[in-house]
Amino acid sequence: MALAHFNSRSVNPEAAGLMSGISRRRFLQVGAAAGGGLLLGLSLALVQDEAEAAGVEAFAPNAFIRIGTDGSIVLTMPYVEMGQGTYTAIPMLIAEELEVALDQIRLEHAPPNAKLYGNPLLGGEQATGNSNAVRASWQPLREAGATARTMLIAAAAKRWSVDPASCRAQNAEVLHVPSGRWATYGELAADAAGVPVPDHVELKRPEAFTLIGTPARRLDLSGKVNGTAVYGIDARPPGVKIATLAQSPVFGGRVKSVDDAAARAVNGVRQIVRLDDAVAVVGDHMGAAKKGLEALKIEWDDGPHASLGMDGIVAPLEQATLHPGPVAQNIGDVDAALAGASTKVEATYQLPFLAHAAMEPMNCTVHVRRDGCEIWVGSQALARVQAAAANTAGLPLDSVVVHNHLIGGGFGRRLEVDGVIRAVQMASQVDGPVKVVWTREEDIQHDMYRPYWYDRLSAGLDANGRPVAWNHRFAGSSVIARYLPPGFKDGLDPDTTEGAIDLVYALPNLRVEYVQVEPPGIPTAFWRSVGPSHNVFVTESFMDELAAAAKQDPVAYRLALLEENPRAKAVLALAAEKAGWGQELPPRIGRGVSLQHVFATYAAQVAEVEVAKDGAVRVRRVVCAVDCGTVVNPDIVRAQMESAVIFGITAALHGEITLKDGRVQQSNLDSYPILRMNEAPEIEVHIVQDSEPPGGMGEVGTSAITPAVANAIFAATGQRLRKMPVDTAALKQPG
Amino acid sequence: MAFTVKINGQTKSVDVDGDTPLLWVLRDVLGLTGTKFGCGMALCGACTVHIDGVATRSCVTPIEAVGSSDVTTIEGIGGTPVGARIQQAWLDAQVPQCGYCQSGQIMSAAALLAGNPHPTDADVDEAMSGNICRCGTYGRIRKAIRQIS
Repeated sequence: MALAHFNSRSVNPEAAGLMSGISRRRFLQVGAAAGGGLLLGLSLALVQDEAEAAGVEAFAPNAFIRIGTDGSIVLTMPYVEMGQGTYTAIPMLIAEELEVALDQIRLEHAPPNAKLYGNPLLGGEQATGNSNAVRASWQPLREAGATARTMLIAAAAKRWSVDPASCRAQNAEVLHVPSGRWATYGELAADAAGVPVPDHVELKRPEAFTLIGTPARRLDLSGKVNGTAVYGIDARPPGVKIATLAQSPVFGGRVKSVDDAAARAVNGVRQIVRLDDAVAVVGDHMGAAKKGLEALKIEWDDGPHASLGMDGIVAPLEQATLHPGPVAQNIGDVDAALAGASTKVEATYQLPFLAHAAMEPMNCTVHVRRDGCEIWVGSQALARVQAAAANTAGLPLDSVVVHNHLIGGGFGRRLEVDGVIRAVQMASQVDGPVKVVWTREEDIQHDMYRPYWYDRLSAGLDANGRPVAWNHRFAGSSVIARYLPPGFKDGLDPDTTEGAIDLVYALPNLRVEYVQVEPPGIPTAFWRSVGPSHNVFVTESFMDELAAAAKQDPVAYRLALLEENPRAKAVLALAAEKAGWGQELPPRIGRGVSLQHVFATYAAQVAEVEVAKDGAVRVRRVVCAVDCGTVVNPDIVRAQMESAVIFGITAALHGEITLKDGRVQQSNLDSYPILRMNEAPEIEVHIVQDSEPPGGMGEVGTSAITPAVANAIFAATGQRLRKMPVDTAALKQPG
Repeated sequence: MAFTVKINGQTKSVDVDGDTPLLWVLRDVLGLTGTKFGCGMALCGACTVHIDGVATRSCVTPIEAVGSSDVTTIEGIGGTPVGARIQQAWLDAQVPQCGYCQSGQIMSAAALLAGNPHPTDADVDEAMSGNICRCGTYGRIRKAIRQIS
């Protein structure tokens, strides 16, 4: 991305506050609207109060960097921290070029402002998702740091009447090398604010990196081990009441009647709020609100989906795969190749609805006033929160102040604003601030789910077993069609088909069709590893089926199709070697492999799985090899792979949301289990060094592990599981 | 009804129904938000505190059952030698990701190590498997506990 473009898009001199007397006042106003999002123990409001009290001005060459004359260095984070390490990786990019140490900076959550903080890889939406924060930041945020550094050097050079080329920045200081003179960034901030923003800056060469590529410690952890980290659910504006809610158990149902006499009598209950399709109890604390909710007698009108069950969801999907759909990919002549193939393999696959089940239950704190609204929430899509709140409350956009927070697990759930809308609807009826907290049961039963998928595949093999035709048609919901409608064109979108149309293998004849089928009444949403979470399971399971049909080793079979794809070949070979692929294993223990190139990262995994006599599956060990281009922080790469693997095993072994009579049958973590420590495998992560631009890492492990586990179960038992989650009954040892 | 409870060495008075779970007294009445709500049914361990040193799920512990016992929360555990060592081990192993469950993880680990300074892997599984981590930091938790035991 050209710097000029970056500047015109991202740097609004007024909002970014190129500090002069007038613009500083404006800056403080903008900053005040950004609110006191508590971050790493220091609120923005506090930073400003301190700065104002000290009469401090600041140098803010762009929307991400603010250097006070007191030497404070505050970085505003365009992407939100939800565990993935972005509040360390993004500062590393800026700090590398700004020439400051990580312990010299403070971080702030960005306010809602898509113009300043929009994600160029998500159509300018101010959103954190699709494993692309580092990818989206790689060029522009290093340039942001380099711009600030260049201006600080220019200010110093001017002050000393020397050539800027004779000065160097290091450790938050500018040094004039020949004379040894130096000045701190704080001392230079006021002068630097008067330096014109350069239209071109030099970025450091990779061999000069001192931070990028190091396992720097995360900046967000101290508060996470002592209880001081503040998540949305921890917001406590003065006078806040706590509410919890019951929504129509059937999607699309409405409240018919409410008898709230008993609820009102509960000690600590202050108010009952009724909406068309939900009822909330407002209390002094969550204990009172929950007790009040249990005492409510609500009669529901279940609406049009009252008899919906899984048949009513799966049958239309299955049907849709029997007829041609929009063609997402078409290489060669699949029909002719299939007709001429020696062997034909056919299979259908299914993947269930999944809930996100982030540890932090859904919540949103809202204070609606006559002339404005204030919101405290943890969101992956902050500008969307502001717009939804303004729209719901009937207020102008700029009267809605949103404070973002750390997120206790996002996984796509916090890209949605259904909870914000719900909380604003309720808060509109409450005098003063109210924190609406979903019970875990409401969180799971009123999630927006990963779509249910139905896939139909056929392939043709030549006489040597090599695939000559690959035909894949699938049906399910398009999240993009709802979330980013311009991204849905001619019946297709890039997320739904990622991992299906871009296989790493040499397949001379390949056709992929996608048929959009929306489930009746059931909201769907992005879920960690999004499109690939479905497609990689299907394609890598099917590739394993082809290897079996060809009576060939699954790794060797894949390697033979990778002559044109050295990065894919390298990760596969490395994972196989480290896993001891081919070494003998006891009965009912098997290894399974997967390989993918999604989120701009190559990853291979080998899962070692044990299947007990009763069919119970235990994943013993997972070996991962990853090539994610330039590594910003190898420890975070490892942590994300470990995390995503566990997340995917949870889905493979336990994850399933089902409906009966229009109701979600799962409700808490007993009926929607999450993998626990005693079930967690050993995980090894091997990183392939590469100088390509960074790839995504937050999600790659999740899409990769499900097929690796299914393929390992096949190796251990001979049972091919084409439907997730794992059906242990099918794996019971006979006799 | 008024209850007097001892939290992190400080005596606090609260006026709530006796069946109010300790979790909400801590979070909503006393403002000690480090203890987290995850499930409300003692399934996930996010709400773990110590009551007289025993790891206890505060979401299902009524305030009337606490009596004069010592309640320790994540805000207070760093004041104990084992708690401080665990917090440091957590940082050394770079355990937390989203961090939401980690208060509960640390409280469970602190109770384990206070009673059993050299736990086996099976002991760790037994003590820690009641605490869910959706980010899947189990390997690092195990590593951190091994490091100090």
